[in-house]
Amino acid sequence: MSNDKYSKYEVIVGLEVHAQLSSNSKMYCGDSAEYGAAPNTQVSPLSLGHPGTLPVVNEKAIEYAVKIGLATKSEIREENQFARKNYFYADLPKGYQITQDKTPICTNGVVEFELENELKRVRLTRIHLEEDAGKSIHDIDPYFTLVDLNRAGVPLIEIVSEPDIRSGDEAMAYLNEVRKLVRHLEICDGNMEEGSMRCDANVSVRLKGTTAYNPRSEVKNMNSMRNVKRAIEFEFIRQIDALEAGEKLVQETRGFDAIKGITLSQRSKEHAHDYRYFPEPDLPPVIVTQQYIESIKAEMPKLPAELKYEYINKFGLPEYDARLISDDKATSNYYNAIVENTQNYKAASNWLLGPIKNHLNASGKDINEFELKPKAVVALIALIDEGKTNFSVASANIFPALLLSPEKTPFEIAQALNLIQNSDEDLIGGFVQQVLAAMPEKVAEYKAGKKGLLGLFVGEVMKLSKGKADPKVVNKLIAEALS
Amino acid sequence: MYYLSFLFLREAKRIMKIDNALVERLAELSKLEFETEEKERIKTDLQNIFNLVEKLNEVNVDGVEPLIYMSEERNVLRKDVVQGEVPKVEALLNAPQKDSDYFKVPKVIKK
Repeated sequence: MSNDKYSKYEVIVGLEVHAQLSSNSKMYCGDSAEYGAAPNTQVSPLSLGHPGTLPVVNEKAIEYAVKIGLATKSEIREENQFARKNYFYADLPKGYQITQDKTPICTNGVVEFELENELKRVRLTRIHLEEDAGKSIHDIDPYFTLVDLNRAGVPLIEIVSEPDIRSGDEAMAYLNEVRKLVRHLEICDGNMEEGSMRCDANVSVRLKGTTAYNPRSEVKNMNSMRNVKRAIEFEFIRQIDALEAGEKLVQETRGFDAIKGITLSQRSKEHAHDYRYFPEPDLPPVIVTQQYIESIKAEMPKLPAELKYEYINKFGLPEYDARLISDDKATSNYYNAIVENTQNYKAASNWLLGPIKNHLNASGKDINEFELKPKAVVALIALIDEGKTNFSVASANIFPALLLSPEKTPFEIAQALNLIQNSDEDLIGGFVQQVLAAMPEKVAEYKAGKKGLLGLFVGEVMKLSKGKADPKVVNKLIAEALS
Repeated sequence: MYYLSFLFLREAKRIMKIDNALVERLAELSKLEFETEEKERIKTDLQNIFNLVEKLNEVNVDGVEPLIYMSEERNVLRKDVVQGEVPKVEALLNAPQKDSDYFKVPKVIKK
């Protein structure tokens, strides 16, 4: 039984997430930090590593780091120092990265998330501020590596977890939660494919029931959450195979090959990096006062867990709806804007997760690009609640027409399309009599107990009314007529 | 030389022995290369620096916090505003090797 050898082991994973902060300018100088510009157009003497330049900390980066610290219940350090991490590489013109070594701005935080209905807690060792390196391009020129320094100096936070993760799925769920947090805080766009959120995984295995750690591999190059999971699962098998074959594992850096789904050792000839950290003398310490923390706390947006709780307990939404809406910042903003002006919280959720989501999916749009203002959705809900139309007509006819003429109100659209439904009991009552009189044998069957025929009667009445009768009134009048 | 001295002082605490291996390690970290006779000179220099710094060990620093910053300034921060960029042409001006968009450096294996 070859499977048994794997089930004896457990995988131990700690993740290091680098998140690019969505500030306008860089960490220590005023170059634009925007993504996607033409190469080497967002550079300055400082990011180019010219002598005689002096870094100055971007206050936005401090604010963002405090926000993620509060969101992860971290301790926030009062006196923050910066340090030089020295290494020699062409994408780092200064010859050192300015980071935080001994004084990370946040320590002892926690990220909590649900996985298969269980609450998981992953402790955070630290979160610190640093700067990104430039971009090396190896595949354009056959003889040279090309360097673009636009990214050199873009602010990053590095979020380091404790080795609390026990599976590839847990790693994905953790990353998803971190992504939700940074997006809700609007401090990073969380895009792993574009590299604004990157992840390295420290992976080791050990026999279940033991507590000592084996040497770990540090896996890099995973540009999606799914690849993080794949890499962890590959390492689990590889490391156990090696141990069971009597090999000795070594601590090493491995790169993930997404095409083959494997990791490969990246043993470099430079033996054991020595980063020679020392305090950055060019940056005086940054003092984060309690008063400052309180001011940030006051402007913190609600986080997904809090929003979800509110949706369930204040608005009475089902857990499923509450989770879907609270997961995404823009979606929850939109929802909040609707329910500011309607009490029909469930209808707002139905519209958002039904017709609106379908439309956005079909047209490849983000909720931020949605044609309709929340007010239009409020008006749609009101139109139904007032009995002037019903959900099926509103979502199938009024909503698509409204998308084409967003400047009109739903009522105007409904009128123009002749869709205002009739709740006139006299008129509908006439239709009901007409339908029942036309099919006496069905009426008899119904009265004999074939209750499923109700739908047929309703359908016939709706046909006579050209779809404009209020289904609630129709149902009520038929039930009365047949009783 | 300042940098080399700095590295050396850090290493010296751990190694204490100024030999060829130390010089070679420091040279590697600094991406420098030395001829044999240069190495000898550097060893002498390093020994002198080491002796000088050794004197500091004679001072009692119990209870004295390390002095990192020469000024009392705190919270020197910038507003998050884009400014001070240089045009690409100027950025590339001093580069030994370049094309119209990029710095060109010897092929390096991906980290």
